[in-house]
This record gives sequence, C-alpha cells and structure tokens, in this order.
Amino acid sequence: MNAKFACSLALALLLGVSAQAKDWPKIKIATEGAFPPYNMQNADGKLAGFEIDLAADLCKRMKAECEVVAQDWDGILPGLNAGKYDAIMAALSITPKRMEVIAFSVPYVSSPTVLATTKGGGMENLPGTGTRINLDDDAAARAAIEPLRAKLKGKAIGVQVSTIQADFMNSYFKGVADVRVYKTAEEFNLDLEAGRIDAILAAAANVKAAMDTPQGKDIVFTGPAFGGGPIGIGSGVGLRKSDPELKGMFDTAIKAATADGTLARLSNQWFKLDLTPPS
Amino acid sequence: MIDPAFLTDTIGQLLGGLPLTLSLSAISILAGGVLALALALLRRSSGIGSLFVRAYVFVFRGSPLLVQIFLIYYGLSQFPALRHSVLWPFLRQPYWCAVLALALNTAAYASEIIRGGLIAVPSGMIEAGRALGLSPFRLFRLIVLPLAVRQALPAYGNEIVIMVKSTALASIITLMEITGIAHQIIGDTFRSFEVFLCAGAIYLALNSLIARGVWLIERRLSPIV
Amino acid sequence: MMGLPSLALTGFGPTGWGAQLLWAAGMTVAVSVTAFAIGLAIGGLGAWAKLSGGRVAGWLATAYTTVLRGVPDLLVIYLFYFGGSQVLTSIGRWMGHDGFVGLNGFTAGALAVAVVSGAYQTEVIRGAVGAVSRGQGEAGRTLGLSRWRVLRHVLAPQILRAALPGMGNVWQLVVKESALISVTGLVELLRQVSVAAGSTREPFLFYVTGAALYLVITSMSGALFQAAERHSRRGWTAAR
Repeated sequence: MNAKFACSLALALLLGVSAQAKDWPKIKIATEGAFPPYNMQNADGKLAGFEIDLAADLCKRMKAECEVVAQDWDGILPGLNAGKYDAIMAALSITPKRMEVIAFSVPYVSSPTVLATTKGGGMENLPGTGTRINLDDDAAARAAIEPLRAKLKGKAIGVQVSTIQADFMNSYFKGVADVRVYKTAEEFNLDLEAGRIDAILAAAANVKAAMDTPQGKDIVFTGPAFGGGPIGIGSGVGLRKSDPELKGMFDTAIKAATADGTLARLSNQWFKLDLTPPS
Repeated sequence: MIDPAFLTDTIGQLLGGLPLTLSLSAISILAGGVLALALALLRRSSGIGSLFVRAYVFVFRGSPLLVQIFLIYYGLSQFPALRHSVLWPFLRQPYWCAVLALALNTAAYASEIIRGGLIAVPSGMIEAGRALGLSPFRLFRLIVLPLAVRQALPAYGNEIVIMVKSTALASIITLMEITGIAHQIIGDTFRSFEVFLCAGAIYLALNSLIARGVWLIERRLSPIV
Repeated sequence: MMGLPSLALTGFGPTGWGAQLLWAAGMTVAVSVTAFAIGLAIGGLGAWAKLSGGRVAGWLATAYTTVLRGVPDLLVIYLFYFGGSQVLTSIGRWMGHDGFVGLNGFTAGALAVAVVSGAYQTEVIRGAVGAVSRGQGEAGRTLGLSRWRVLRHVLAPQILRAALPGMGNVWQLVVKESALISVTGLVELLRQVSVAAGSTREPFLFYVTGAALYLVITSMSGALFQAAERHSRRGWTAAR
C-alpha cells in the first residue's frame, strides 16, 4: 500500500474534500527539479534555478511562507488537482489544452520555441532565421512554415516526449521531417552533438543552456522563433481552478516583479537572456 | 468501461509498428544466430579462443540489454574517429544500433544453447561418420549440425520469443515499433490498461505463431517414434 | 581518448560521480530484492494453483504465465507505472477522494518486475515440487510426523534444493530487468548512469562503468546462490 495514498485518503475523509482555506499564509509549490536552468537539483540535493529564486521573491511579495517540493513531470498536473500541493512552477507552458484542467497565473517567462542545429551541418540559416513568428497569426505562420517544410524534408529532428514542441512538430511537419521522440533533453543534445540528428526543436532557454556548455559550443539557432498557437504565450504558475484568490495573489505579485525589473534581472541571471513576457 | 471503438483504433495504430518489430526481430535473430554458431565452435577450441567466448558470454549475459543498447547507441557515437569512419552511416541510425545490440546479446545466449546441442551429439555418431570416410566439414554439416540443431531447438525457440519481446527496448532509442507507439498512445490518453491489452494481444499472437512454428520444425526433425 | 580527467569522473573526488553511482547500485539491489521476494510469493501461489488448486485456479495460473512470458517486460512496466495510478485513482474516487493518486517509481517498478518474475518462478517451483516424489511425504506421515513437520523437515528442504538453480536464474533476470525501471524516473543504477552520461558528455565511460557494476552485482550474487546450492546439497551426493 502506498503510504502517501493512505495518508491523503485519511485526510480527505477527515476533513471533507471541499473544505478550503480562503487566505494563504502557507503555499506549497511543486517543481520538477530536472529542467535547468528553470529548476534543478544541486549535487547536494537542494533545489535551485530561476523558478526557485522567483518563487522566493513572489512569496515575499505575497507575505506567504512557501515550501518548494520536487515532483516527477509525469504526474505533476494530476498531483495539483489531488491537493498534494497548491501551485506548480515548472516551466509549465500555458496552453488551451492544459487550461481545460487547471488555471494559470499571468505568464512570468516567455521562451519562444526554436530550431537549433550544429555549425557545419548544412542546416544553418534556414529561412526566417532571426525573425519571430506568432502562430496565432495564420497567414504569417503559413508563410514562415511553407519554406521550412521544404528544407526539413527527410531531416531528422529531435523533440522531447509530451511537450508542446512535440505537438508543434506533429501538427506542422508530420510526414515531412523524420521526427525522433526522446525521453529527455540530455539525450537529444547528445545526438545533436554526435550528428545523428540534423536539428532539435526546443525552448530557446534550454537550447541556450546547452550552448553555454563546452560541448555545446557548435550549436546555433536556425529558422524563426515561434510563439503563440500550440506553443502558448509563455509559462505561468499552474493553479487549481477552485482557488481564484491564490491566482489573484500570484498575478499581482508577478506584475509587480515585472514592473520593478526583478523578473528581467532573474531572467538575465539564469538564462543570459531577458525572457520577460511582453505585457 | 471498455470502449470497443478505442480498442480497434488502438490496435490499428499499433499494427503500424508491426513491420518494424518484425524486421528488428528477424535480422537480429539471423545475424545473432550466425554469430552464435561461430562462438559455439570457437568455444570448443582450446586456449585464447575459448577464453574470449567465455568472457563474451559473461559480459553479455551478466548485464542488462538496455545498458548494452545505450552503450552502442550513445557510447560509440561519442568518438569522432568512429563518426568519421565507414561504420557511421550504419551506426548513425537508431535502427542499426538496435539490430547490433540485439544480435550481440542473443549471440551470447544462443551460443550456450548451441554448445549444449553440440555436446549432446553422441560420440558414436561422429565415429560412425568418420568410419564412412566423411571429411570434417561434411561430417559437421551432415551429422553433427542436424543432431545438435534438433537437440537445441526447444531452447532456441524460447530464445526467439525472448528476442521478439526484447525488440520493445528499441523504442527507448526513438524507434517507433509496437511498444514505442503504445507508450505514445498512453502518454496522450492515459488509458494504459486498454493500450496494454491491445499491444499485449499482438505480441501474444506473434509469439504463439513462433512457438507453433518451432514445434512444427521440431516434429519434422524428430525421428519417428 | 579517455584521459585521466575522464577517469576522475567515476571516482570519489569532488568532480566524481562514484558516490552517486554506488548509492544507485544500492537502489538497484533494493528494488531487485523487493521484486524477487514478491515474485517468489506469486510463484509459490502460481505453482500451488497449477498443481492442486482446482480447475479455475489452474486455468488462471496458466493464463498468467502464458501472458507474462509472451509480452515485453517494458510494456508491463508501463502498465504498472501509468495504470497503477489509474487504478488507485479510481479506487480513491470510489472512496470519495477526488483526484489523482500516484504510484511511485519504486513501488510500480518492483511490482512490475515481481509480476514478470513470478511467471518464471511459478514454473521453477512447480518443477521442483514435481521432482520430489510423493513417497517422501507419505513416509514422513508414517513416521508419525505432523503435516507441518513433514513440510518443514522433509519436503521443503528437498523442494528448495531442486528449485535453487532455477531461482538463481530468476534472480539474475530480476537484476537485469530492474534496469527497465529507469524509464519511470526511479534513480537506480541505469538512470544514474544516464544522467551522468548526459551531463558530463561522457556516455561511453559511464555506460561501460554501469555495465561493469551490473556485472559485479550479478556475479557476486551468482556466487552466493552457488554457495547456497552447495549448502543445500550437503550430504546428498555422498549418500548415493
């Protein structure tokens, strides 16, 4: 018997499921702890990263005591609704699909999705390199993707399983590119460096992190950066739909952190890029 | 609770991975079988050859197949020398890495099975063949090998079934065979039980066909009782 | 190509992964022992069902061993990892607990490997029970021993002796299967090796080290099983 299950079951029976606190002196936040530089675990097992620092700042603004816990990516959404924690800060992109299940704060980071390749692999400077495409704008999206489809024909492109990037590849390049689905980002980085795949499709912030390692010095961005549509408008704090007060608190705190430059400072510190969402 | 439309749709999608499962199995079993025969014969020699085969069998039977797959797939591609060699067009592809790992792995198990079959050939048969004046090669081909194969067949049949099951691991290095597709459907729908039911049924059907085939060959090779 | 700095990576120095690898190897042994123990219980139950448990139980046991020996183990692990939560969640709902209940990687993985190994264990135990002749039990009863004492002193030691070689094989299988649990994110040996390989960009070194650690585990435990076999055979060959 799973001890956690027994405990939560007992709690649910004791307290009744609908009992809810209306003010939030304590907030439990889940993160993945395996997605640098957003969130990761140090060699000594402590959580660190952009979201850990941001959580501390937001909690100070909300005058709440916060505890950040690590949770596997696979069960992170269901765990929120089960009440294992109150919020998720884990590079969780705001998408229409996820908004059916949970609520989101306003975005606190907006990392576009990009293609990246290695120097000398023949895939540099794909059409649209350096531009930014909003997928909500159908005409612009089509104009950007058509020439890319020709260039990616038969090329092996790596994505991570169950990500918005995997959805994006399947909706725009299915049957054109050879889409390879990996369990972790580390695995496709290894294969990109080895030249086994021609390019990867990932969040710019993660690619940037890979570029800053000695082994990743030959990785370059190529083609346009994508946002909107299935990619979403950025990442926000994931919250239960039944906690509108908490959403209000996070929204206010994030807006304040954006206004006074804290968000830009943390973003530059962790990503070496300003990924503050356009407001 | 069980939704027939979902099951038929899932079976349809999973069957799309069947050709890949079959070709991975067939090629690695054939290549592994040839290698296993060579290893079994080398094992009978004395000295360094036999020692090599023993070390080979120890290493491949004592460590998980998944580690062997990762070692070949991610480990070998680390070396620029290999990436610039003639082998790279093969090793670049996940398919051939999976075939290589599966074949090397099954060769270790199969060589022991073949060795058992060879040991079981009665020495009287070999002497009789020699008395007939057969050359060593013809003696091996006409007498030793058929007898050893018959002896080894039941165990080899099991090994073939295990290999078909093992091709599922190829999904971990991005190959979309039956289990890879199953994992993707589970990820999208979270209906693990139904997907398991469908994928399991395909594997069971495949493996019972193989078991039946091995049994038929076994019966053909057996002397009339 | 692998100079000294690479070798320091697998050591215990400040840049070394040695401690994590050893910890993870311990996790592999722990999850294997758990799976083996549960598998042994399942195997005992399965053997009983096949040998003397009525028609329905016998049929169920046959179905179980056929399915588990014909379906990839990875698929069984996915079933337990994702399906385990599904089942627990619906039990939870039924009991009025709204929401998701997860099964952690250790439990899901150990259960999956146990269920797979239980199918092999069933056959091993069934074969071993068959190898001990019926007369042995009857002889014990005629000597006036109770049923329990016949089982404890006459049958069990003989069954165990006949089953030990097969159980040793199943144990080796369990250790190797436990590597598949890495796909659930449980930090056992293979998962730790993969993480180290990815973050140091030295996959060859780490996968070779991982394979070597598995070889140490399988060969050391193999030697233990052989010692147990020798112990169980004591006085046996001499009494011919």
